[in-house]
Amino acid sequence: MSQSSFTERNLHILFPLPAIIFVAMLMVFPVLYTLFLSLTNWNLTSGAPLSFVGLKSYARVLTEPRFLHALTRTFVFTFFAVAIEGVLGVAIALILNRAFVGKSVAKLLLLLPLVATPVAVGIVFNLFFDPTTGLANYILTSVGLPQGLWISSAASVLPSLIIVDVWQWTPMITLIVLAGLAGLSNEPVEAAHVDGASEWQILRYVTIPMLMPVILTAMILRLIDALKTFDIIFAMTGGGPGYASETLNIMAYKYSFEYFRMGQSSVILVVLFLVVFGCSLGIMKLRTSSEI
Amino acid sequence: MRKLLVAALVILSSLWLSSNTMAETKELRVLLANHPYGDLLKAAIPEFETATGIKVNAESLQEGQLTTKLTTEFATKSSSVDVFMTRPLQEGKMFYKNGWYEPLPGFDFSDYPKNVMSVATFGPKSYLVPLVTEWQVLYYRKDVLKDAGLKVPENFTELEATAKKINSDSLAGFASRGKGAAAVTQLSSYVYNYGGLYLDNGVAVFDAKPAVDAIRFYGKMLGNFGPKGVTSMSWENIMPLFQAGKIAMWTDASVFYGQVVDPAKTQVAAENVGIANFPAGPKMNSPFIVTSWGIALAKQSKNKELAMKFLEWATSKELAAKGMLSNITMARSSVWEDKAILAKINPGLVETRAYAAKNGNPLDRPYMSAVGEARDLIGELVIESINTKGESVSLEKMAKEKVAKVNEILQDTGEYGK
Repeated sequence: MSQSSFTERNLHILFPLPAIIFVAMLMVFPVLYTLFLSLTNWNLTSGAPLSFVGLKSYARVLTEPRFLHALTRTFVFTFFAVAIEGVLGVAIALILNRAFVGKSVAKLLLLLPLVATPVAVGIVFNLFFDPTTGLANYILTSVGLPQGLWISSAASVLPSLIIVDVWQWTPMITLIVLAGLAGLSNEPVEAAHVDGASEWQILRYVTIPMLMPVILTAMILRLIDALKTFDIIFAMTGGGPGYASETLNIMAYKYSFEYFRMGQSSVILVVLFLVVFGCSLGIMKLRTSSEI
Repeated sequence: MRKLLVAALVILSSLWLSSNTMAETKELRVLLANHPYGDLLKAAIPEFETATGIKVNAESLQEGQLTTKLTTEFATKSSSVDVFMTRPLQEGKMFYKNGWYEPLPGFDFSDYPKNVMSVATFGPKSYLVPLVTEWQVLYYRKDVLKDAGLKVPENFTELEATAKKINSDSLAGFASRGKGAAAVTQLSSYVYNYGGLYLDNGVAVFDAKPAVDAIRFYGKMLGNFGPKGVTSMSWENIMPLFQAGKIAMWTDASVFYGQVVDPAKTQVAAENVGIANFPAGPKMNSPFIVTSWGIALAKQSKNKELAMKFLEWATSKELAAKGMLSNITMARSSVWEDKAILAKINPGLVETRAYAAKNGNPLDRPYMSAVGEARDLIGELVIESINTKGESVSLEKMAKEKVAKVNEILQDTGEYGK
């Protein structure tokens, strides 16, 4: 058998091979390795070698109230952040889609948060939210409102973090929806005008349904990101006060790099992986069913 | 084509040769902390390089990141670190258990006090050289106390009365770390002064009455007179407030003294900042005095001889003297007996150290491998106590739960009862 004929016969395997190897090494291997670690008791503080313990780590972590709180918190944070970003992002895109003076400046300013580094954003907002010296309380006081504790109180830390996430990521939804709006055909809108539909009716029954696939795509991207949010929370609160802003990702970090319980940390990461995977699948299904 | 091949071969072989000669040049990789002494070493390294011909690649990291980096590199056996700064109370036991420290049999430890060496020694061998000691003190505003006609508090009753009298909307009467795990070290002296302990011979005992009373008192002080949002404050949040003149009294480690009197960093004039002994509690006055930083050789280092040379230089008397003159409180005894040095440093530091060295406790946290987790658990009690201003009805119950958890961790790591 000549070599060239072997190559020719197996082109369909050989050509995608580099890509497959790349994906296997950089994506599949880490996931499988995490899964393997989650079945071990690897714990650096004990000094003992790694040993296989089956589902023991799962039983221990999944029944811990701290884990359940972190799981709930991850969902609450993601739900409110993505919902607010969705509504605001679409509204801003619709406004920016109209002609007005200073539109390009407004567009530029609105997109600025998107290019800021999350850790830097976190540090700036930390100064902003400081209860004693921060600008947020200064503004509240100067308009006669009572001062808040922002990220310093268990009750207000999550809403404060959601505000920061919304500030940073709403522009992303705006950007995607704006691109979607640019690609929409004008004919259905004109037809609705001719039929005597009001502006609200056109928005509600024509523009939004036509935009739905784009909006959902933007939401999926945000959802996946929000579930995994780490940088902003870590830079601002590190999961505190206490565990009041600890999401799954932060908890996994603490378990790995502060408690050095690598096995149990992997359990948390496997759960987070499943959560992200499940949510993405759900929304993708929703998207397919909403396509016209 | 042939020419191209030859050229490629020449380039490759010269690269290989140069990499080999690189390996032969004397080089060390050193990991330092973002600590005043780490900075001092970094600045002095060129002198060491000129004197020895050894090239030193030094990296500086924030303390938490330093532990993470060292742990990750050592655990994955991929480390090229030769010498590193280390926190004996935080990571010492874990690093020792995993065999990441190289023992230092040839080092002369005679200049280090016995209690300082207690956290550097495991069994018959010593594994790290203590660099810096810290003890807990009370920082206070001389002008504020003077205006209110008050003297410096010497015990907890006076501390509370003073804080109550000077506390106002624009000035917090008292501050100390309130951020869960970060507060545990500063809480320790309160626990000791109430007659309690975190661990007693490898068993968690902070659910005993003295410790719980101390946690209540700490929560009462911070809940009533502390700055707003104190449950999310560590020293890096409290110090700027003190420097901005928004805090009247502050208990924390002596290491910050240099910064609170540095005119470039503070709005409060240095003559208005006082430093005093930590106030006594109902049972005793035994503030912590700990070896906060040490330096060690990495077990897997391939250049141990050179690394030892660096370690001896980095822990030399000359550099220790230099550290003292930059307000860094060094671990060597001799620099605290050198009159020429003592004449140049703040008498408040000398006096509070003498007091703590005589009466203090060498630990400021539960001394165990899984200290990070134990600190988080005790931190929950601190936050509960602050949020309820020391009145929590469930504090005893919570303390029992946390003690059970810490004991479980001690059993997991094989340190229970040891």
